[in-house]
Amino acid sequence: MLAVDVEKSLGAFKVAACFKAAGGVTALFGPSGAGKTTVINMIVGLIVPDRGSIALDDTVLFDAASGVNIPPNRRRIGYVFQDGRLFPHLSVRQNLDYGRRMSGHPRDPENFARIVELLDIGELLERRPRRLSGGERQRIAIGRALLMRPRLLLLDEPLASLDAGHKREILPYLVRLRDESRVPMVYVSHTSAEVRRIATNVVRLDAGRVTASGGLELLEEPDTDSIG
Amino acid sequence: MLNLSPEEWTAIELSLRISIVATAFALPFGIAIGWLLARKDFWGKTLLDGIVYLPLVLPPVVTGYLLLISFGRRGLIGAFLAEYFGIVFSFRWTGAALSCGIMGFPLMVRPIRLALEAIDRRLEDAASTLGAGRFWVFLTITLPLALPGVIAGAVMCFARALGEFGATITFVSNIPGETQTISAAIYTLLQVPDGEAAAGRLVLVAIALALAALIASEWFARRAGMRFQGE
Repeated sequence: MLAVDVEKSLGAFKVAACFKAAGGVTALFGPSGAGKTTVINMIVGLIVPDRGSIALDDTVLFDAASGVNIPPNRRRIGYVFQDGRLFPHLSVRQNLDYGRRMSGHPRDPENFARIVELLDIGELLERRPRRLSGGERQRIAIGRALLMRPRLLLLDEPLASLDAGHKREILPYLVRLRDESRVPMVYVSHTSAEVRRIATNVVRLDAGRVTASGGLELLEEPDTDSIG
Repeated sequence: MLNLSPEEWTAIELSLRISIVATAFALPFGIAIGWLLARKDFWGKTLLDGIVYLPLVLPPVVTGYLLLISFGRRGLIGAFLAEYFGIVFSFRWTGAALSCGIMGFPLMVRPIRLALEAIDRRLEDAASTLGAGRFWVFLTITLPLALPGVIAGAVMCFARALGEFGATITFVSNIPGETQTISAAIYTLLQVPDGEAAAGRLVLVAIALALAALIASEWFARRAGMRFQGE
């Protein structure tokens, strides 16, 4: 269970978000500029909130009142960035292995093989990120975040930088991920068709505030740019 | 092939030793100062920036004189180091390495700083979410990505050290076998009758060394750059 209750002022823009997310996939849904990325950056610890608290299960990750602020590297929260952010000087295999090495987990070939199979990236392991297509890059980014054995996985519009074809390529993997791994996820998106495919719960964010939370019924009519 | 005399070989060997030691000792400081200037805002940053570049604009003889009064036998730092650590700079090849390192330092810091400024900080954020603390982020992401700049800085410093003359001769004089580098040897040879042939040989050696350093840096930088393009 993730419990978020934070405030952050960025110039004139103010984010004040309060919501809870249990298991499954919680979509953080709202138009561009609603503050969705700011919220998950606070969850992972890259942005420090001005006020409030963040807790994951029984761990307090941040609490302004008591001065708790666990740094990102010790939160064990996987983060799939919108632009992938693979390390250009490392091979795909080294990228995938980075989180495990840095977290000091022992080698686990079985888990590695399972995730490589899940994302269908076995062919790409010895390549450099430069030589990958956008869709391949995003699959590696998902694998890299999963292989650090996160307690929570954050996905920031993982399909936004891809064209329609690559979106169709990635979506089935995300659905498989939801059904086969037990890691709870927060999925940031502004596309309701995408959210409908992947999410189990929805938190609506508008102009920095949570305006509704609940099931998929919160979504409006499917948008016109259907992604199949 | 050039029929170099033993004295000339000594000067070449000394020049190389002094330049390598100067570069090796300057490198950790160059990375640290480059990082501070690229990443941190602090009180006195403009001053530090100025001090780092000072050897580039001061007359070398002034830098040499400042080294003499601070790191010489009776200098404040020199006396302290000699007393407590047994490290002596004055009129030793180590002093030449010190002056060469300081003269090369601004040329080393600049490319390192630029390389650090060019790094996509968001990659460091990504590394921290994957469990890397600040030290490991620096070691596994920042430094490898800045490697072409670090190599360029090291080569610039090395080349400057090879050519250093004014500050070194002021600080540690021109003692054959101890502080007489290629440059100092050429200078000495030009002061004596019939020295021109020997000076000419050393000039050729100096040109060859400088070219070799440039080619090596180009090769290293290309290799480091290639790792980012793939294969």
